[in-house]
Amino acid sequence: MSSNLDVDVWRGGAQGAYRRYQVPRQDAQTVLDVVTWIQRRLDPTLAYRFACRVGMCGSCAMTVNGKARWSCRTHVAKVAQNNRLTIAPLANLPIVRDLVTDMREFFDKWARAKGQFSPTATRRDDFARVVPTLPARKEIDAAIECIGCGICYASCDVVAWNPAYLGPAALNRAWTLVNDSRDGDRAVRLAAVAGDAGCHACHTQSTCTERCPKLLSPTASIAGLKRASARAALKGEL
Amino acid sequence: MLWIAQRATAALLALCVLVHLATMIVAVRGGLTAAEILGRTRGNVGWAMFYGLFVLAVAIHAPIGLRTVAGEWLQWRGHAADACCAAIGVLLLALGGLAVAAVTL
Repeated sequence: MSSNLDVDVWRGGAQGAYRRYQVPRQDAQTVLDVVTWIQRRLDPTLAYRFACRVGMCGSCAMTVNGKARWSCRTHVAKVAQNNRLTIAPLANLPIVRDLVTDMREFFDKWARAKGQFSPTATRRDDFARVVPTLPARKEIDAAIECIGCGICYASCDVVAWNPAYLGPAALNRAWTLVNDSRDGDRAVRLAAVAGDAGCHACHTQSTCTERCPKLLSPTASIAGLKRASARAALKGEL
Repeated sequence: MLWIAQRATAALLALCVLVHLATMIVAVRGGLTAAEILGRTRGNVGWAMFYGLFVLAVAIHAPIGLRTVAGEWLQWRGHAADACCAAIGVLLLALGGLAVAAVTL
């Protein structure tokens, strides 16, 4: 493979612009390979994030040809159109510089969704046993695999329309804890996700589920929260 | 609770709309005149209750949806937006109530 890729990369902050780079096409080349090649060979000032390179850490998400993707596991062959790529920072988050976004609001919303585990046991108690076949545990088998990459959040129209909306990832996290038999803050958590910025704001458009690189379904988690918080409200627990 | 109210009224409206459409089609295809229709609906407690419920469901369902639309599309949130949507609900209830009263009383 000897052709070149025309790669438009977002440079600067919110008022920045795309700059074009020519990158040699290679076999099994990922988008992260492309960005790294640009930084090492063409422009060392290019800012971007990555860590593990194998789809575990969730730090390298970018907007590639208009869609949020994990760049380390996105093959150029899959996304390039006529040997062209457009790479931008994630949407719905403030741009720090180039391809780096400020993720504070994204993770602050995890905290606002009461995403912290609240143990009922102490360190003097024995290890808690979570039976893998229990329905509540099976319910979150997939949801606990979230790597916090922010792709669902960047892809969510409701986040764009309602900046207070907690977003798919934070609500997915809340759903895993609602189903955690060791957690003692279920009612507080359901109250935290039941407001205007919470699960009921979701329109079930499912873009989060379509784009999740781990093939999780935040939509299903949010639907679970809707049911659980509605039941709690009807029982007068909220 | 707004979400529950909107979901519950949506379920009710789905049923009401079907009954309403079926009734209209039967009435029109049956060749009933306006006077004949009014003759059947006036004094009929069943129709009064059905359409009263229909109007009530609309008056609850619509303002909750409008509140979301106002927030997401117009970025209009807060007490003024809530009050405006509630006022639309009251207006729908009043207008619908008048219409129901006109054909059933």
